[in-house]
Amino acid sequence: MSGFMHWLAMGGYAAYVWSAYGVALIVLSGLAVSAISGYRASRRALDELEAQGRTRR
Amino acid sequence: MGFSFHYFANPARFMRASGKVLPWLTALTALCLGVGLVGGLVLAPPDYQQGDTVRIMFIHVPSAWVGMMGYTMLAAASASALIWRHPLAEVAAEAAAPLGAGFTLVCLVTGSLWGAPMWGTWWVWDARLTSVLILFFLYLGYMALAGAFDDAARGRRAASILALVGFVNVPIIHYSVVWWNTLHQPASVMRLGGPSIDPSILWPLLVMALGFTLLFLTLWVVRMRTALIRRKIEALELAAADAAGAGHYRPVTAP
Repeated sequence: MSGFMHWLAMGGYAAYVWSAYGVALIVLSGLAVSAISGYRASRRALDELEAQGRTRR
Repeated sequence: MGFSFHYFANPARFMRASGKVLPWLTALTALCLGVGLVGGLVLAPPDYQQGDTVRIMFIHVPSAWVGMMGYTMLAAASASALIWRHPLAEVAAEAAAPLGAGFTLVCLVTGSLWGAPMWGTWWVWDARLTSVLILFFLYLGYMALAGAFDDAARGRRAASILALVGFVNVPIIHYSVVWWNTLHQPASVMRLGGPSIDPSILWPLLVMALGFTLLFLTLWVVRMRTALIRRKIEALELAAADAAGAGHYRPVTAP
């Protein structure tokens, strides 16, 4: 067994260890994606609103 | 400290300062998570009893700490929102809740994935596990309550009171392993007499804890900025509606 395969096997606990890291990755990156996409959407909406305000006057 | 807090409690100042800090905060978060992951998954040796499942601790313990820290922030922000009615405190509380819920969820799931091979069970209703599950439900309850009212200000007030009352759970979580006979092990890092963990496993744990804390802070700042921009949009739309309706506008008077 190569060193990498040995590492992946996690001493026989691969299913538990990698599931735990997988869940953490999914939940935490989900938090990051929703925070960033929410920020971009609100920024865009504000920019549009301010542009409208300028053209109207 | 008190002075600087009040200085940055001004929303416009907060937007300027956080915009400058955010890139550095993001870089530092990525650095800590990168070093912590290599340390935890590669450099740290397997535990002599737990084998490689000890690596689950590098995400389980930090997410538990951040889940509790997040609730402390939520309660503190709710208290200042109730007492001083400061708009930034309300924004801070609402922005913290989903993040804290996410970290607490990671804590619960990873704990379960460690318990299955090590305890022989996915879940037990012991004091520590139950009090952390209550923490998760407190976060969900806060979010549900904050959005449950037509009058947003009333919803926020009700949710702030829930956040304050629920804060009693945080010390209960910490001392649950002392006060009750739990299957969960007692504290091994935040204890009198210093940590009882070997340095080879302690350093990746602390770096991951710092990384998770920084990740929480980074996303918290982003969510607060989003909420402040949304409030500005609402104010602009209200002003536009007022201007459009000028002349036709009749104030609503009580009968």
